[in-house]
Amino acid sequence: MNFQLMWDSLPQLLQGAVLSLQLVAVSGILGLALALPLALGRISSNPLISAFPYAYIFFFRGTPLLVQLFLVYYGLGQFEAVRNSIFWPILREAYWCAVITMSLHTAAYIAEILRGAIQAVPVGEVEATRALGMSRVTAFRRIILPRAARIGLPAYGNEVILMLKGSALASTVTLLELTGMARTIIAKTYTPVEIFLAAGAIYLALSFLLVQGFRLLERRWNRHLVRA
Amino acid sequence: MMFRVLAAAAFAALSVSAVHAESYRVGSEGAYPPFNTKDASGNITGFDIDIANALCAEMKADCTIVAQDWDGMIPALNNKKFDFVVASMSITEERLKAVSFTDPYYSNKLQYVAKKGTDLDISPEAMKSKTIGAQRATLAAEWLEKNVPGAKVSLYDTQENAWLDLEAGRTDAVIADVYPAYEWLQSETGKNFEFKGEPVFDDDKIGIAVRKADTDLLAKLNTALKTIMDNGTYAKINEKYFPFSIR
Repeated sequence: MNFQLMWDSLPQLLQGAVLSLQLVAVSGILGLALALPLALGRISSNPLISAFPYAYIFFFRGTPLLVQLFLVYYGLGQFEAVRNSIFWPILREAYWCAVITMSLHTAAYIAEILRGAIQAVPVGEVEATRALGMSRVTAFRRIILPRAARIGLPAYGNEVILMLKGSALASTVTLLELTGMARTIIAKTYTPVEIFLAAGAIYLALSFLLVQGFRLLERRWNRHLVRA
Repeated sequence: MMFRVLAAAAFAALSVSAVHAESYRVGSEGAYPPFNTKDASGNITGFDIDIANALCAEMKADCTIVAQDWDGMIPALNNKKFDFVVASMSITEERLKAVSFTDPYYSNKLQYVAKKGTDLDISPEAMKSKTIGAQRATLAAEWLEKNVPGAKVSLYDTQENAWLDLEAGRTDAVIADVYPAYEWLQSETGKNFEFKGEPVFDDDKIGIAVRKADTDLLAKLNTALKTIMDNGTYAKINEKYFPFSIR
């Protein structure tokens, strides 16, 4: 075991870790923003409204992230029409391809988490909003969504950590995030054990930070559930 | 009595396996046509595989070809996933620290490829402002890092993906080995591209990688390689893929 090499590679690996975190943060937020309308559409009893979210979630949950990434990165770039379109300045960048794919992918999962959370809001509380004369929109804004956010928070934290590990796939489209950086270093040193161990330790540290962050948030939002 | 018969049978079986041919596992990639590529049923074929089979026939050994992703090739060899690597691997100083190589079985050059009709100045100063594609963990990638520092380099898992991105216009040029590049330029997608300038590096010797400890195998492979080069087998394989000698 070459500890010196692990130590020397640390600055490069950490530089990669910053990009990994960036990918997760941006796609986590974009995904959440996309997921809210999807979840609301999904719970609609009108089949015209719920059909699209249903199909969207079915597709993005049912296909591997790697396949989606290849379709967006290598697939779209094959079409002359896409290359001549106004979207090309964005789609030609590996970074944005990864952000877009990860956001679309995680949005499907978050939408399902939100749907479950919204439907888990106790019926009594929903009835209470009606008894108070709140409109449906007001009830959603003031009671149901805030309650659903608290119910869904642990599952959302779980999804963010899954995306941290999913971000390793961005290395296949030339991005030098943590895994890509590790593979590039290994290409020169032929020491997969040392470098992947170091990279694994960094992933572990990052997920530890995420777990702690979500725990703090849970404590604050779900104060009524925290045991003294 | 029964025991003796069994023991005799067991002994006979043992002695048969002792004279039985050696068996080797041969690592290759399968994403580097025409040297190694996967056919419709997933078997690896190509120049490298023909050479490997010719060497095994010469050594009277049973060989199985094993597919392995490029950037894990040397670690996999050293972890005994296979016994030697015939995958168009350049003999470099860095790799010699990790494995041994046989005598070269062909020579390669590195050359830039870019879109037809574009004027590409391939001097390192001019290339610094370009985005250049190369396969990760290859001589081409190593060469770029040493000779064109500061260039924006995109590294791909396979050479095929590097071509895809050149075609999509995400990279201005790809630096690659000339023979696979020649093969790609003949294809439908490659016909709009061409070699630019002279080869930037022309002393790339391709060898067969063996674990450092396996000195016997290394010697056997070298002997077999010399034999097939002398007896015309090599020339026949060469002819099957290229109209010119690549030795």
